[in-house]
Amino acid sequence: MTDTELKPAILIKQLTFAWKRQTPLLSINHFILARGEQLFLQGPSGSGKSTLLNLIGGVLPVKSGELTLHGSNFGKLSQRRRDQFRADHIGVLFQQFNLLPYLSLIDNVILPCRFSSKRAAAATQRSGSPEKEAHRLLQRLQLQEMLKDSPPVAELSIGQQQRVAAARALIGAPELIIADEPTSALDADTRDNFLDLLLSENRENNSSLLFVSHDQSLSHHFDRVVSLNEINQRGAA
Amino acid sequence: MILRLALLSLWNRRGTALLTLITIAISVTLLLGVEKLRQDARDGFFSTISGTDLVVGARSGSLPLLLYSVFNIGNPVSNIRWSSYQQIAESDMVDWTIPLTLGDSHRGFRVVGTSDEYFTHFRYGRQQNLSFASGTPFDDLYDVVLGAEVARALGYQLGDKVVVNHGLGRASFSAHEDKPFQVSGILEPTGTPVDRVLLVSLQGYEAMHLDWRAGVRIPGMQITADQARERDLTPREITAFMVGMKSRINTFHLQRSINNFRAEPLQAILPGVALQELWQVLSIAERTLLAVSACVVFAGLTGMLALLLASLNERRRELAVLRAVGAGPGRILFLLLFEAMLLTLLGSLLGVLLLYTLIAGTQNWLALEYGLFLSLEWPGKTQWLLLGAIQIAGIVAGSIPAWRAYRYTLADGLTPRT
Ligand SMILES: Nc1ncnc2c1ncn2[C@@H]1O[C@H](COP(=O)(O)OP(=O)(O)O)[C@@H](O)[C@H]1O
Ligand SMILES: [Mg+2]
Repeated sequence: MTDTELKPAILIKQLTFAWKRQTPLLSINHFILARGEQLFLQGPSGSGKSTLLNLIGGVLPVKSGELTLHGSNFGKLSQRRRDQFRADHIGVLFQQFNLLPYLSLIDNVILPCRFSSKRAAAATQRSGSPEKEAHRLLQRLQLQEMLKDSPPVAELSIGQQQRVAAARALIGAPELIIADEPTSALDADTRDNFLDLLLSENRENNSSLLFVSHDQSLSHHFDRVVSLNEINQRGAA
Repeated sequence: MILRLALLSLWNRRGTALLTLITIAISVTLLLGVEKLRQDARDGFFSTISGTDLVVGARSGSLPLLLYSVFNIGNPVSNIRWSSYQQIAESDMVDWTIPLTLGDSHRGFRVVGTSDEYFTHFRYGRQQNLSFASGTPFDDLYDVVLGAEVARALGYQLGDKVVVNHGLGRASFSAHEDKPFQVSGILEPTGTPVDRVLLVSLQGYEAMHLDWRAGVRIPGMQITADQARERDLTPREITAFMVGMKSRINTFHLQRSINNFRAEPLQAILPGVALQELWQVLSIAERTLLAVSACVVFAGLTGMLALLLASLNERRRELAVLRAVGAGPGRILFLLLFEAMLLTLLGSLLGVLLLYTLIAGTQNWLALEYGLFLSLEWPGKTQWLLLGAIQIAGIVAGSIPAWRAYRYTLADGLTPRT
């Protein structure tokens, strides 16, 4: 066995999850995301993709089964430790409304550095300061014009907002990025451009990416494609 | 960090935040204002008379005696004999006495017959003596000294002539126009009923009534002002008198012996105790007022609660973002609590500021029109307690949306459903 298989980015065993008083939504026997892997998790709407990301992000508690991130038994940590783990090691991208309207472009991007000294240190090591790293990332994500004018973030187009959000997820090079349908509000051109930028920056960071979407047409961008219904025993049943 | 975010977030919603702030400020102003009014009215009330150990009059109950002798309200049932007064005044225990004779008026203000002792021994507030804005105590038989409010309302000055009406009615036609008085002095304002009286000597009072019996002019009898000067003007009766003791220890002793006076039924009251009794009656209104303003504060905080709850729905995404970058539910809870705390604190501050501006602006007017002296002083203990209670109530109110936000962030996770 190789080292990556020993300590994968995500390792799930016998995980089940049910929302209050409902039949189990998720029942995953085995799932693995190798380090540095960029994985596309596909599933129809309502199949439990967001719920799974909430579990992996440590927002929902794992009540039964095993969830290991980088070798640490994440599911068994306390809420507080999980929150800190997320701040330090996980970049999160939503479908929409990723930005805080009362913060500037740069402040939105460096937000994770304010909650994690680890990511602040990583950003500083790379570019000299979190602000400079934010500049660099925004430039890489083709937002250099925005840096000059620095408009209120609410005035950015959705495509631009999602790129700012990507910069926020990437800053401080967290080991894992989880993205919940970040392209569903974008049109086809912006979408491909956005994905290219996200994936290449992510690769440069040597981070792993778990990207979920119902949109099968995106799958060709990724190393590997998994259908949630395949790994979810409950879904298959 | 989270504090800076809280401030920025609040600033981003400054429109609604300002509304909340104003609601809280107004309710705080009202509550503290009512409390202040209550306290200063109370202080004013208890400072109507000080340094007087006993007030003595005909037996009629302590409240009526207090009302007519100190507050110039209501009518005495009967007078007391000059000889009784003399006998008590000459007691070894007594340091000084101030005789009072009531019954006449001038254009709605009462005329009180008294002696020079009034100006040397009468004290009010924090043991303050009366002082003259202009002129001197009465010297001539037909001199009159005016309270500040009388002089102001009627526009009188030194040397003006004043004709006294017989009886207390405003529309009394039986005037002592044959014996006009001359203004010899005008007192400084005191904020007490003294401001609303005209003071003449007992002898002047007697002179006016030489040719009167039982409220009417004696037919065929006519004594001119100058003829009266030749007469014996020792009063036959007075209405009441104030007593200052040589030693306070004897107060109860003297009170008991006055209450058991042989020659006629007399009553001696301790003005402090009687004031206390009267205040008990008035304090129902006072407490009602306070309760009403407490309700206003409640309404103000409910307004804040409503605004915080309403904004919460719009903020679910904001909270999800904070959660995503690593903020725990505890921090979210704190964020919202801090907001409520800040709003309450700033609202209270604004309210206090508003109150002091109001007091500074209306101070003179209230003193002139209502004899109500509001002091511009640092908030007292009660005020601080009220402010503290408002803070706590604000935090309690804020904990409701904070708790809901906490529940939301747990349920929503990274995907707020709206
Ligand atoms: N906070 C929640 N409380 C209760 N049920 C939920 C909650 N979030 C999602 N669900 C339920 O879980 C199921 C899967 O939802 P979700 O994970 O959002 O799916 P997807 O992201 O694949 O569309 C849905 O049936 C939804 O009703
Ligand atoms: Mg979803």
